[in-house]
Amino acid sequence: MAAEMRLPTIQKQGSMSIYGKGRKDLVVPGDIITSDTGFMSAMIISCLVRLFSFPHKGHGTYVDEDKLTASVAGEVERVDKLICVKPLKTRFNGEVGDVVVGRITEVQQKRWKVETNSRLDSVLLLSAVNLPGGELRRRSAEDELTMREYLHEGDLISAEVQSVFSDGALSLHTRSLKYGKLGQGVLVQVSPSLIKRQKTHFHNLPCGASIILANNGFVWLYPTPEQQEEEHFIVSFLQYINCLMALAAHKVLLYDTSVLYCFESSLQHQVKDILKPEVMEEIVMLTQQKLLEQKG
Amino acid sequence: MMAAVEVSEAEKVYILHGIRDDLRVDGRGCEDYRHMEIETDVVSNTDGSAKVTLGHTVVLVGIKTEIGKPRPMVPNEGYLEFFVDCSANATPEFEGRGGEELGTELSNTLYRVFNNKHSIDLKRLCISPGEHCWVLYVDVLLLQCDGNLYDAMSIAIKAALFNTKIPKVFISSDDEGGKDIELSDDPYDCMRLNVENVPCIVTLCKVGHRHIVDATLQEKACSVASLIMSVTHKGTVTCTRKVGGGSLDPESIFEMTEAGKRVGKALHAPLMKLLEQEESLGKKQQKVGFFG
Repeated sequence: MAAEMRLPTIQKQGSMSIYGKGRKDLVVPGDIITSDTGFMSAMIISCLVRLFSFPHKGHGTYVDEDKLTASVAGEVERVDKLICVKPLKTRFNGEVGDVVVGRITEVQQKRWKVETNSRLDSVLLLSAVNLPGGELRRRSAEDELTMREYLHEGDLISAEVQSVFSDGALSLHTRSLKYGKLGQGVLVQVSPSLIKRQKTHFHNLPCGASIILANNGFVWLYPTPEQQEEEHFIVSFLQYINCLMALAAHKVLLYDTSVLYCFESSLQHQVKDILKPEVMEEIVMLTQQKLLEQKG
Repeated sequence: MMAAVEVSEAEKVYILHGIRDDLRVDGRGCEDYRHMEIETDVVSNTDGSAKVTLGHTVVLVGIKTEIGKPRPMVPNEGYLEFFVDCSANATPEFEGRGGEELGTELSNTLYRVFNNKHSIDLKRLCISPGEHCWVLYVDVLLLQCDGNLYDAMSIAIKAALFNTKIPKVFISSDDEGGKDIELSDDPYDCMRLNVENVPCIVTLCKVGHRHIVDATLQEKACSVASLIMSVTHKGTVTCTRKVGGGSLDPESIFEMTEAGKRVGKALHAPLMKLLEQEESLGKKQQKVGFFG
């Protein structure tokens, strides 16, 4: 039995991130990105892009008194002359090939609706899943009737983005053995911008835990299949969950190395202490140092 | 009841097994609270205010004092009024009139828990019997919901009551026998409430064969019934309520009540210590407020 109460503390500037110091490509709304007229043409491009694409898919910039200004808080990205601001906190803007973890919200005719943290629910077509048992055939009316037995409302799945509709909604597929329904485990939700894009988003971690770092910010942590349960497995599993929360709270990019380093730095603390602000800060600092050292 | 999250069967199994082993998803034991941050005097245009952060649950309480007429049944007592506003900030479900039902339910419970002479000395709120008394309007604003609203709200209310400063008034009678209320000229000349007997609410959720305090939304989704009880610093239970569709057998109600007493009693000491510590820091202490 314990109830920890304390006064809130003001977060020191700069302590958030070692990387954060002196970076000029981080902006908040209203910051002037450039007043260089050379980029003006770029602005026009970005305006054109904005006009003809999905209206919410703004590029995070606007023109204020001939100056290009940020409209969201995030990182400035330059592609040739086109300037965009990639927001730090955002919904998921899916692209073809992204790995996602989602929750079934609705079973409809020939399709499931999936919540994937995008602006619109994604769809998973009945024709885009592997039938149980791995049969390859046309989907019959009978399959349609047994859809709910396969995936029920509330179930979690991992999938890949197959295509993006014109309104920005995603069409998913699970036509590979690594995708499909998720079993026992824990879901941790973070901002999609915190997930680092990598060749693979499926990782096996030490101590018998596996992780799916999905591009949409849903992180699925589960016991590595076909492995003997080690001693203290549950404890290290919880350790991973709290590490993920700590990293996300301090806005550190999530990928296999950062999660692993954070886990190593957290070992000296008790699991339930990790979420205390000062412990969290310490662990994240250690992790960032290790990451810097590794970079060289 | 409120802002529910969906949890798949497999996830439920995970949460249930964890609780069975006294190891919850974030590493806590069954009777542990999440990390709590409390700050008082955060809204300048109220007479007392407090903001409580419990995990991802954020509650703001503001108390305004006004002079009103005492209730006819108790002419020598003041009273409290509660209003709970479920902001659409917390969850989109609360948009429009979505939070109204929950708000009414919460405010009714709060009224029953706090508005009685055993919790607060209501007689001190009386100015002149039958004519004037102080009315404390307690406004609760839910800014973020991540489970365990009752506990967070009750702690915020206790902190805000502690922080409340009621202006001192004097009654003077004029020549024709009429009475006048005079407000003290000194804004620092004010009355404080004794919050010693103000209870805190403990919510116990039955999950599997065990019960837990301070359930997150995910854990709440695995629980069929919960017991809400208000406990004073002496461990006296002043109010209990059962919520949720499931049933509880008498034996587990007894166990839960015992656990609730224990947990509730232990909440008061650290809370009062914190409030006094904050008070002793005085006005020089910079407030963190909403941008910390």
